[in-house]
This record gives sequence, structure tokens and C-alpha cells, in this order.
Amino acid sequence: MTINQLSIFIENKAGTLVKVLRILKEAQIQLIASTIADTVEYGICRIICSEPLLAYKMLKEHGVSVALSDVFAIALDDKPGSAADVVEIFANENIGLNYLYSFLLNGKGVLVFRTDNAEKAKETIILNNLNFIAEKDLSKLN
Amino acid sequence: MIMSTSSYFDPEKETLSRKEIEELQLVRLKKTVQHCMDSPFYKKRFEENGLKPEDIKTLDDLKRIPLTTKQDLRDTYPFGMASVSLDKCVRLHSSSGTTGNPTVILHTQRDLDEWANAVARCLWMVGCRPDDVFQNTSGYGMFTGGLGFQYGAERLGMLTVPAGAGNTRRQIKFFTDFGTTVVHAIPSYAGRIFDVMKAEGIDPRKDTKLRTLVIGAEPHSEDQRKRIEEMLGVKAYNSFGMSEMCGPGVAFECPEQNGMHIWEDYYIVEIIDPNTLESVPDGEYGELVLTTINREAMPLLRYRTRDLTRILSGECPCGRHHKRLDRMKGRSDDMMIVKGVNIFPIQIETVIMQFKELGTDYLITLETAEDNDVMTVEVELDQMFTDDFGRLNDLTKEITRRLKDEILLTPKVKLSPKGSLPKSEGKCVRVKDLRKKY
Repeated sequence: MTINQLSIFIENKAGTLVKVLRILKEAQIQLIASTIADTVEYGICRIICSEPLLAYKMLKEHGVSVALSDVFAIALDDKPGSAADVVEIFANENIGLNYLYSFLLNGKGVLVFRTDNAEKAKETIILNNLNFIAEKDLSKLN
Repeated sequence: MIMSTSSYFDPEKETLSRKEIEELQLVRLKKTVQHCMDSPFYKKRFEENGLKPEDIKTLDDLKRIPLTTKQDLRDTYPFGMASVSLDKCVRLHSSSGTTGNPTVILHTQRDLDEWANAVARCLWMVGCRPDDVFQNTSGYGMFTGGLGFQYGAERLGMLTVPAGAGNTRRQIKFFTDFGTTVVHAIPSYAGRIFDVMKAEGIDPRKDTKLRTLVIGAEPHSEDQRKRIEEMLGVKAYNSFGMSEMCGPGVAFECPEQNGMHIWEDYYIVEIIDPNTLESVPDGEYGELVLTTINREAMPLLRYRTRDLTRILSGECPCGRHHKRLDRMKGRSDDMMIVKGVNIFPIQIETVIMQFKELGTDYLITLETAEDNDVMTVEVELDQMFTDDFGRLNDLTKEITRRLKDEILLTPKVKLSPKGSLPKSEGKCVRVKDLRKKY
């Protein structure tokens, strides 16, 4: 029900992101979505990509501080307000979202997020019949 | 208490001639060496070197005794160097640190009395009298600048305010409310006091009775002293001490403000070349080596202080013949002095090694911000164990807390990616000191 996301610890310094992206490029890994959240001193770069397990291994081998984590990805209907509907469902269940970003997959919007209660989030997704994306949906891209 | 109106607290000892000082030193040295045979450490050391207490017949024979190092203190931790049984001891002071290598100094009641006398002598020398109000901004507890000055100032007869460290607004309120005339502070804190006074609209010359400042524990230049004197409208006197020698009261400036008189009825002073360990002549820089000759619980023979200084030649116009030490020029080891606190890089390293999330490399940066020392410790995040800023933040807080427990001051901790700090192999720079040099 979840997809793999790479979380990379990066310094707020010119050139640090290039190093990461170049490693992925050399391994022929394709980025699907990425986002960087920053604090004053450092940032976390979050990446959804093809072959996340290979990407994780390659980054580790190159000495990058990286974690592999599970995040939810929900495909949205192609109409105004569909993101609001999904977020509202979680709000009504009192599930907090730690962060959220989005990307397009086959012309459809996808919300990627992490919650403060993964078990309850899974239940909510099933009960509300939300159109979740699984890892295999992403690997089909290749 | 000697309620003398003279310029001496202890006229008999302070006015000894050179010859009399050396005669007294020899008597006390012989007694000390004999007494050291009750210390398991020194007994063994003398035996190992085929040395007997009777071999020390002249002051020059002192050089036959091997040097004592901080490592010796660590190796004999906690009580292995004591020359009296513990039931005769009334106090101990220990260096900071829970995981590093602490050192312990024991005191009998006589040691505490003599320590207080030495500090009182220093304060009297710079014009402190029983009608003065003395405020101590040192941290108390294990840090000897707290209790050391407290007992000395009380011995002299001053009203003594144990304000402790920090809370500058409250310190200033005490100045004005209690009529504080003498303050003990580290030099950088004196600047901080002035800044806060300015912000509060307090003029130190008009609104306080401050007259004398005792500054020590932190290297500072003549220019910095002059700035402090100008800012606060006081005379500032340099103080030298170290916990191994009790604490404050080892050497102190007289009103001439030209070198610190080291009390030679308490200590025999040598300056050695830290590489060859040979004595250097007066006037030449080297490492300060001290022998305590007026201590009961735990005498130290030829202790390597690691402080670099020199003996100022010539007579002091103040009339005292006790030798004068120049300002401390630096260290012959890797000890840092930050906000007056002694810190070794190994202490930082020991804490970092306790975190499995961190790599083994680290970088300490020392900077000056608003006349204050700022210490930043950069560490490498070896394992990215989370996707959550909150947990990274928690880790930073926990590292900061444990470092504070170890070094007694709060550094700024910065997480860095793996591989971004200088590697430990070879000659690695662990400390970058970018502080303003005055």
C-alpha cells in the first residue's frame, strides 16, 4: 500500500545535490518525484524513483547519508477539489500529515505523504476506497 | 584575619628577601618530599628512580625528581596520589567530565585555610579591604574559581556575594543594590556585563561603585584589559590559578600591573623547554612547572602545568621579591580555554563515540560573537536513521545535552553529511580557533 522513498541528508551548500543526482544518473535510475525540505543548517531531499532499492544501495556505497522509508501515494481524480477531498478524509480521522508533496503519473495527480499514524492511515485508505499507488505501479514505468 | 593597615595581607611572607624566600623554600621542599613518601604514587616513583628524600639537599636537587603529569593524576584517580588518609581530608575538587579522564585534588582543613590565605593575599595586594563588597561571577561547585574566591574574599573580611555564573541582569542588579566594589569575572564576561549595562541605561561610573575587577582563567591581552578598564571605569588585575594547585591564588598582579607575582612560599616555580624538558633561563618562554611546598593532602612535585609563559626578570617596584610570571601565552597540549572553562578535544570525542548514528570525525570551531566565545561542534551523520526532521532535531538536542554534561558549557551542535568533515587519519585539524585575538 506504500511506496519506497529515499530520504537523503544534505548540507545547505552548493554542489551537495549534484553529487546525489549524479550517482543516480550513473546507475541509470529515473527520478519520478523529488522535494527538498530545509532548515537553517541542513535539509532532507526526498526522492521517488525507479528502482529505489538499487538507488539506496548505490547512494550508500558512495557514502551518502540516506534512509529508505515508506510513504503513502494516492492518485487523484482529474478534477478540481480532489486533493481537498483526500486530505479532508485524513483530517476527519484525526490523522496528521508530517509532510506532503505531489507529482503527475500518467497524467494524473498523485499526493505523496507521511502520516503520524501509519496503521490508522492504511485502514482509512481501505475503508474510503482511495486509489493508492503501490511500488509495483511505479516499476511498471520501466 | 590580619587587620593590617599596611599594603600587605601577610607582611612577613610578602616582604621576604630573595635569600629568605629560598631558605624558606628549601625547608618546605625537604618537608614536602619527606611527606610525599606517604603517597603511594610518590613512594613508588622515588623507589623506581633510586631516589631517597635525603637526596634532596638543595633547591637545585629538585631537578632530580621526575616531572609529574596530568596523566599521573588520571592514572591514580581518584585517591592514589594522596599523602594523607582520607579521614584527614575535608574537600575534593575534580576536573569536569563524566566520561573523559577526570582528576581529583584533595584538601585538608589546613590546605583550605592556606588556600584562602593566598587568595586573600592576592585581593589585599590590589587594594581590597574589609569594607569592600566582593561579587563572584564564577560558577560554583567543582569549578575552583567559585569556592576559591569565596573563601579568600571572606578571609579578607569582605562582604562576599556568591552570585555564580550567568544571569547578567541579576548580576547588575546586585552591583547597584549591594554596592559591589570588586568583581571577579572572566575577561569576556566583563564585556558582556558592559553591553547589558548599556542596554539597561546604567553607567558603571555613576550608577555603581565598581572599582576593581579580577580577571583570569581566560587568556587576554594588555589591549583587552585596557578596554575593560575603560568600559567599566575600573582597574583590572590578572589572576592565575589552576585546580591542580588548589585553584585561584597561585599568582596575581600587584598594582604595578606588570606580571603576576607567584607566591614562592607556596610554590617552587620552574620554566622548562616542553621538548627537551630542560630548564630555561628567566626571561625565556617555556612550560610552567610547579612544586607545591605548602600543601598537606596532596603535594605535587614538579607538576607540568602545560601553560606556556616566562618569568619576568628584574625587581618589581612594589617591593615584593616573589617572582613574576608573564601572561600565559598558550598551551603545550591541545587544551582549549572556552569561556574560562578548560576543554580537551578528547572529551568531545568521547561523547561523540557514544552515538551510533554519528561517524567518528568531528570539527570544533571557536568564534567570537559579541565578545563571547561561541563553540560549534560539527558531527557527521553516519546513519540516516529517519525521514523526520523532528528526530534529527532530537538527536542534535541529545548530543548537545551530553556534551554539556561533559564540558560544562553548551556548544552549538551541527549535523553534517557523512564524509564532509576532515578525516581522522594523519594530521587532522580537529579545532579551528577563529576567535578574535586582542
